[in-house]
Amino acid sequence: MNQRTFPLFVTAAVFALAYAFCLSRFPAFASTRVFANLLTDNAFLGIVAVGMTFVIISGGIDLSVGSVIAFTGVFLAIMIERVHVNPWLAFVMILIIAALFGAGMGAIIHFLRMPPFIVTLAGMFLARGMSFVLTADSIPINHPLYAQLNELVIRLPGGGRLTLIAVVMLLVFAGGIVLAHFTRFGSYVYALGGNRTSAELMGVPVASATIRIYVLSSVLAAVSGIVFSLYTSAGYSLAATGVELDTIAAVIIGGTLLTGGSGYVIGTFVGILIQGLIQTYITFDGTLSSWWTKIAIGILLFAFIALQRVVTMAWPMRRVQAA
Amino acid sequence: MTGMAPAFPAIRKALPQIGALAVVLLANWLVFPGFFDIRLQDGRLFGSVVDVFVRGAPVALLALGMTLVIATKGIDLSVGAVMAIAGAVAASMTNAGHGLPLTILAAIGVGLVCGLWNGMLVALLRIQPIVATLILMVAGRGIAQLITEGQIITFVDPALIFLAGGSFLSIPMPVVLVILMFVLTLLLVRATALGLMIEAIGVNLLSSAYSGVNTKVVLIAVYGWAGICAAVAGLVVAADIHGADANNAGLWLELDAILASVIGGTSLLGGRFNITLALLGALIIQAMNTGILLSGFRPEFNLVVKALVVLAVLLFQSPQLMGMLRVTFRRAPK
Amino acid sequence: MTETGRKAVLKASGLSKFFPGVRALDKVDFELAEGEIHALLGENGAGKSTLIKLVTGVYGRDEGTIQLAGEEVDPKDTTDAQRLGIGTVYQEVNLLPNLSVAENLFLGRQPMRFGLVDRKAMKARAKALLAEYNLHLDPAEPLSRFSVAVQQIIAIARAVDLSGRVLILDEPTASLDAGEVQVLFRIMRRLRDRGMGVVFVTHFLDQVYEVSDRITVLRNGRLVGTRETAELPRLELVSMMLGRELSAEALHRGGRREVAGEPLVSFKGFGKNRYVEPFDLEIRRGEVVGMAGLLGSGRTETAKLAFGIEQADSGEARVEGHPVKLQSPRDAIRLRFGYCPEDRKTEGIVGELSVRENIILALQARRGWLKPLPRREQEEIAGRYIKLLGIKTPDAERSIQFLSGGNQQKALLARWLATDPEFLILDEPTRGIDVGAHAEIIRLIERLCDDGLALLVISSEIEEIVSYSDRVVVLRDRRHVGSLSGDEVAMEPIMQTIAGA
Repeated sequence: MNQRTFPLFVTAAVFALAYAFCLSRFPAFASTRVFANLLTDNAFLGIVAVGMTFVIISGGIDLSVGSVIAFTGVFLAIMIERVHVNPWLAFVMILIIAALFGAGMGAIIHFLRMPPFIVTLAGMFLARGMSFVLTADSIPINHPLYAQLNELVIRLPGGGRLTLIAVVMLLVFAGGIVLAHFTRFGSYVYALGGNRTSAELMGVPVASATIRIYVLSSVLAAVSGIVFSLYTSAGYSLAATGVELDTIAAVIIGGTLLTGGSGYVIGTFVGILIQGLIQTYITFDGTLSSWWTKIAIGILLFAFIALQRVVTMAWPMRRVQAA
Repeated sequence: MTGMAPAFPAIRKALPQIGALAVVLLANWLVFPGFFDIRLQDGRLFGSVVDVFVRGAPVALLALGMTLVIATKGIDLSVGAVMAIAGAVAASMTNAGHGLPLTILAAIGVGLVCGLWNGMLVALLRIQPIVATLILMVAGRGIAQLITEGQIITFVDPALIFLAGGSFLSIPMPVVLVILMFVLTLLLVRATALGLMIEAIGVNLLSSAYSGVNTKVVLIAVYGWAGICAAVAGLVVAADIHGADANNAGLWLELDAILASVIGGTSLLGGRFNITLALLGALIIQAMNTGILLSGFRPEFNLVVKALVVLAVLLFQSPQLMGMLRVTFRRAPK
Repeated sequence: MTETGRKAVLKASGLSKFFPGVRALDKVDFELAEGEIHALLGENGAGKSTLIKLVTGVYGRDEGTIQLAGEEVDPKDTTDAQRLGIGTVYQEVNLLPNLSVAENLFLGRQPMRFGLVDRKAMKARAKALLAEYNLHLDPAEPLSRFSVAVQQIIAIARAVDLSGRVLILDEPTASLDAGEVQVLFRIMRRLRDRGMGVVFVTHFLDQVYEVSDRITVLRNGRLVGTRETAELPRLELVSMMLGRELSAEALHRGGRREVAGEPLVSFKGFGKNRYVEPFDLEIRRGEVVGMAGLLGSGRTETAKLAFGIEQADSGEARVEGHPVKLQSPRDAIRLRFGYCPEDRKTEGIVGELSVRENIILALQARRGWLKPLPRREQEEIAGRYIKLLGIKTPDAERSIQFLSGGNQQKALLARWLATDPEFLILDEPTRGIDVGAHAEIIRLIERLCDDGLALLVISSEIEEIVSYSDRVVVLRDRRHVGSLSGDEVAMEPIMQTIAGA
């Protein structure tokens, strides 16, 4: 165990403890049904969290993802229901739009040296506003493809139904792990978050890496939007408000350092599961109210941020001496 | 004439903001000729332009605290959630039969505690402001819902409702509260040495500490004040809707407050601040909102406009871009 | 061909670099032969790092040419310089502690297999590469797990693997212990024997004599000379580094005084582990104590301890004989201490604020935020010191960042004088200041001393120290190694103590 993996172990331990607690109260938690539902219900959150993990490891933040999810839903609803475009074509269109959107944000962040926080804030306003411009109504999507896709399930022993969108999330996580640890791009992301100046001196193509990071985040947000529209069979411009916060929280609880440079995609997966577990427990319990989710997540968030402070202080980086 | 002279530099500095506000107001007047009509009804001013001031009050109140926080090179993402908490506290206090003074005191006290919590995370644990205040941003609405038990608590106490619906010398109460808090903030930072210290910390924390500035206390105080401002804004919003809505009170208003401060010329990199200009920034944002409503666009269209404003301000504040432009313009005559 | 008969691998001729208002490097020639270790020496601001940055393409040069093995080159950035064959290892190891050792070695050129990074092959190659340096470790571990010395070697391995002709080591030994330094030297010698040119920047003279073949000294952006190490006596080297042509006017002083009486400030066994070894120091009213030593000898560290910026873990401080608490700058200011730091820009001035605000900042901070100085009083104080110290500024409301270095320094002095201090610490008060202002600052130091202040002044310029100090403390390797007074306060004895000869 070292400084990099320690928070990951804590995350895993928190999950194990939380799961054991849930199990002791409600034996149903052992069933594949509960677990499969956990994956399905949090599929869109998980997908977008993979992109956010890359952004945060690189030392940035992306506040626009919730709005991009909403925009994707509205765009698909309009395209499929009003313009009667083939859904597959609509999927491709929104992915391209999202990629350009992310590239724009990344370019502004890099070339104008602007804080990612404020640039993606503008992106958040823009995407949310554009979905309102398209329509303020909730438009149901009744295309037969949606029904077909939603019926694709893998039946697990014990009555669990692993849905398509849950599988998509698992694939995105698998892809994210490969991207983070088995590509040059992945090493650039960690390098940028470690120390931008050093990375530049070591020959990391900072401009293209930064742009690709935000493209990845926006594209995954669009994938998440597609999944969300499958999940709800509708497009609504007010959907997914606050998702950026849940996502950031999941990434942090997953052990990623908010200041960048350290973290694991798999940790984010556990972070998503922890959040899902809290929600499921509160639903099972019935007497607890939903706001406890937010408070519990806030407490976990504080605990992990405080933990990170302690870890970075206990394993000190070498102080840079004045030349 | 001599009495006017000192005022000139201040006005000249404010010209971009005054100009922007004038343009927006003019545009509103063009789409809605009755925009500047003001009438007195039951001892209270009414009219579209009055509405801009009233509706802009919550953001203006937040901007007062936010500007100070940004000037220290910080940011406070939690003010929207703190508004919700303060509103919830006020609503439940008043429904429990407590009088207005105690209700207001409790709400402001809670806001102060929230602000001090943020300040301690930033100053003592040295967590980056955006991360430190994110915690309360996430948990705050949960806390507010805990207080309201998930309901929208409505109240009928006329004293509390007066904070939004009433008026003083015909001026609507929200505007009166903004003026009051503005004067208090101004006194706090300019009648003491706090303003200087805030700016010094924002520009160069190390130099300030080496000069003996108590950086920790100043930082905590600034976040505390931002919490108080948020609590007052929360009171106004609660009084306005006669209830506390833990989910929606102050939702995304922290972003408007940041925008107002930035439009008011305070750099996100800290340093010089001007709370008068931040108020103008809040007015500009609200005037745009009102204008879009009046012109028949959907209110949500606002977000697109706001995105463009953020982008414009970003470009304007970017040293890189300004440097590039300067080079281009210098080369152009050749 | 060099004059020594070896082939030049790197040759820079007439290199100049200007920054606004500063001539950072002025027509410097530098030549590195194949198979030599070449020490590059000079105090802060001498131009060492500027020279390195020009050669490695971090800065564009304003004048001059760079030849690599006889061919003219124009490195556009560090990556370009690496491709040409020039690798650099910086003091603050410029690797990424959060990545694994193997990733640090092969970042951007990882071995690929089926379109993915072949981590196994990368690990094996890293192991093989490090074995050449007698380093046997698990390359999958994060770099931060290893000591600075190991990180240093990994950085060297990377630089040599990437470039292979010229290796520039910028203060590589600054934080190594004696054993680690020997390991590093063995590696440097082996690289030299393989025919590489190694540039070694350091301020440890012992190390220069131990490992280098030739020495080039820079001072104030100019070349002082290049000499064979074996033929250059230590004392001469120190004078090449520290001597400076001060105008005669700047140096006159009405004789040295033996200041008697009880010390105002005294430190006994004051020190901090791994920072400065415990020292004794006494300063009386009306006395100037100079602090001499090479860069990194513990001068600034002593000042920071004495001002409470760093907290001592041994010994005690006394003011007028009473033990005092010295845990923070605020404590120090309460005791009427003042400190003008060496790094004016990041530790001294508050750039965006006005000259007036910068001058009253410390006084205001001591009064507390509830007792603001009235504006009129602020203007009076600022105006008084602007006149008294001759600060050249259009008016007191000018942003201090637009003033010249000398005037910023005077404004910082004014900041402390406004607090009516009893003990002032000045760290390199004349660094980066033009000749005219230089003499004025020295004059000022003398005047303050005559007014009864106790002064501790750090400077790299021995002549300057000699001109105003009543006593001189000499530091070497983070230790106070000597205290000179009376006739000993002169160039020769100080340099001898610094050189440790």
